[in-house]
Amino acid sequence: MTGPHHQDHAGAKLGMWLFLATEVILFGGLFLLYAVYLARYPHEFATAGREMHLVFGTVNTVILITSSLLAAMAVTAIQRDESKTAVRCLGGTVFCGAFFLCNKYFEWSAEIGHGIYPNSSRLATGSPGESVFFSLYYLTLGLHGLHVLIGTALLAVVAVRVQQRTIHASNYALLENSALYWHLVDLIWIFIFPLYYLLL
Amino acid sequence: MTPIVRPVTVPSFWNDTGKSGVAAWIFSTDHKRIGLLYLYSVLAFFLVGMTLGGLLRIELMAPGRTIVGPQTYNALFTVHGVVMIFLFIIPAFPGAFGNMVMPIQIGARDVAFPRLNLLSWWLYVLGATIIIVSLFTGDGPPDTGWTFYLPFSERTGTNVSLAVFGVFIVGFSSILTGINFVTTIHQLRAEGMSWGRLPLFVWSLYATAWVQILATPILGITLVLIIAERLLGTGLFDPGRGGDPLMYQHLFWIYSHPAVYIMILPAMGAITEIIPVFSRKPIFGYKMIAFSSIAIASAGSLVWGHHMFTSGMSDRAILIFSFLTFVVAIPSAIKVFNWVSTLYKGSISLEAPMLFALSFILLFSIGGLTGLILGAAATNIHVHDTHFVVGHFHYVMFGGAGFAFFGAMHYWLPKFYGRRYAEKPALAAWVLMFIGFNITYFSMMLLGVKGMPRRYYDYLPEFAPLNLVSTVGSWILISGVILLLINLFRGLWKGEPIGNNPWGGATLEWTIPSPPPTENFDADPVVTHGPYDFRKTGMP
Amino acid sequence: MAAEQNEQHIVSYGKLIAVWAVLLALTSLTVWISRLHLGVNRVWGSLAIASCKGGLVIAFFMHMRYEGRLLRWVLFVTLATLSIFIGVTFFDVLYR
Repeated sequence: MTGPHHQDHAGAKLGMWLFLATEVILFGGLFLLYAVYLARYPHEFATAGREMHLVFGTVNTVILITSSLLAAMAVTAIQRDESKTAVRCLGGTVFCGAFFLCNKYFEWSAEIGHGIYPNSSRLATGSPGESVFFSLYYLTLGLHGLHVLIGTALLAVVAVRVQQRTIHASNYALLENSALYWHLVDLIWIFIFPLYYLLL
Repeated sequence: MTPIVRPVTVPSFWNDTGKSGVAAWIFSTDHKRIGLLYLYSVLAFFLVGMTLGGLLRIELMAPGRTIVGPQTYNALFTVHGVVMIFLFIIPAFPGAFGNMVMPIQIGARDVAFPRLNLLSWWLYVLGATIIIVSLFTGDGPPDTGWTFYLPFSERTGTNVSLAVFGVFIVGFSSILTGINFVTTIHQLRAEGMSWGRLPLFVWSLYATAWVQILATPILGITLVLIIAERLLGTGLFDPGRGGDPLMYQHLFWIYSHPAVYIMILPAMGAITEIIPVFSRKPIFGYKMIAFSSIAIASAGSLVWGHHMFTSGMSDRAILIFSFLTFVVAIPSAIKVFNWVSTLYKGSISLEAPMLFALSFILLFSIGGLTGLILGAAATNIHVHDTHFVVGHFHYVMFGGAGFAFFGAMHYWLPKFYGRRYAEKPALAAWVLMFIGFNITYFSMMLLGVKGMPRRYYDYLPEFAPLNLVSTVGSWILISGVILLLINLFRGLWKGEPIGNNPWGGATLEWTIPSPPPTENFDADPVVTHGPYDFRKTGMP
Repeated sequence: MAAEQNEQHIVSYGKLIAVWAVLLALTSLTVWISRLHLGVNRVWGSLAIASCKGGLVIAFFMHMRYEGRLLRWVLFVTLATLSIFIGVTFFDVLYR
């Protein structure tokens, strides 16, 4: 019977998209604050934006876009019943996720080393707009980093299950939904990148 | 077989799985069991909230200190609000009756994601536990009011962070229910159950689920920001560091106003089921009622600013939010007109569910119309943050959603127990509640118009008589609630058995045995008529 | 339903890689534009490019191009809700 399975698959996908909708709104709250404070402190935001490490940001953008490509290719591979390719693509995605987090670690270490973190004495004595910018920066990227971490772990589990053949061409809803989640992580970053790193 | 003895001989979801004990309930993925778990959990918290509310009224019985000091009073109204809103009224309808009734009404065997459904209840319990723990640990229970307004909630020494985290978890539970319901209603409708044949309770849950999905994440991020503000000192809402406290109010009300519709929409849906059945007449204006649920959900998401008229928001925003608030009145009025038109020339049977439904119409109308006084920017300035507001939202939340919840309990619970309550005590309980309710909350509105502010522990002597009246009213109300619960649950355990269709309803839940079997339907139902087509059902 | 017919749609590796290349090109473009002195328009310009990139990810990587009406509505309603939340807040913020 393809009927019930068909319906389950469509239902799982609808459920996932609804969940992604909640994620968009969750980050949306932070983007709302960003928009309001950018309108209030355009110059302070520009000054603060100059402190950002453009190289880290750009490299991470490339990493995430590539990882997204690999996740999408994993879906194609599983649909074509090419399990080995799927595992390799997923492995690549997981690697990219870990690489992203490493970059984040070095970037934040450097910034914290320069005394840029919420409630630091440097920001407390600086202009109010800058403090707001960096607080938003840490919250938004922290929340995004948490999503990268969860997505990486999720895709690692999926890769193992593809390897074990419990995910295959006729039952790949979990792989597809995990890939959707990962694309969302990429999607959020696509908006974070210009708003925080390119605001020179 | 289990030791639980049920009144009917056909196997029901109470005993046909062959499993008994607590584990068979708290790890069950059956939507009816999860619905009952929700019912008992929310009722427990309702009783907690009611007790706290009763204590608040006793404190306000006379000016000055009556039973508690100011700090305890602040904690009492905060916890009363948090418990009643986040632990009772938001999960009450979707969690309890949405779970129990909705899958049967659309002809499904369960919701789309049964395990997610169980997770949602567990998250609710976890969040509730964290909230309770927060009351007894740290430096005392939160004293911020349920709105957790910054900057006070950042500076107060009380245990705000933990309570806020608990609310965050409960919010996540609400989101999962919303996702589950939208998917279920899209994917699992039985053959012939077109959108035009969907019972209106299902329509209202559908609209509610969208609000849960699209508004609750804003609450989530807002609560995270409170915690960040307290633990990391992010200063996003601190004017000293460039932040703007008004932005907190925006974010909070972007969720919390639509949340009002999470509370009231399914209540309206339940009323829409009860009224045609007890009027023996098809619902009037099916399409308009379905449409108005969606319209209330959409328009209701645009009016959050009317909570902020006196907080220093721009005049233009006040004008726009005030206008949009009046727009919401239109679909709400459509519903009221359609209910009243359904009653017209109906063969009205004044049984307990119907009495609650009729009082819902009256009390909700009072609550809604006083809402317009608050929604109009000019009059709002005078009654903002007074007891008028307290009276108004209790008319909507308790007189509306609460009375509908009690009506729904009398209407649907006999289905799931196979037995019914005694009618006369139910009527007496309704009379007590109706009278007590109006005395309690109408006095509050009068006090508000005279200028008594809300959230104050003490008041001027001229407010004393009405406060006393209100407190006495709360005693009548509480005794009514207690009588209602005793009678209802005694009846459900020991009352007379009922058949499949005690009220003569035409929706699918009345076609299956009472209590329903685990899989709900022997064979997948094929729907051939609308939900209010009473020609096909035998009248009792 | 259109959604069910297209459910098994397979996007070829070639197409995915092409989308990836375009995404990288747009990334370079947005970095390059941010170096020009465009004033306030810079924010709008980079947001426009980000929206194009997001659109590509949603359409191809997330298969939205091949989905039925329902999922498109979910996406539309979500984005509309978010823009309304942000837009209506600005009635306060801009005119205070």
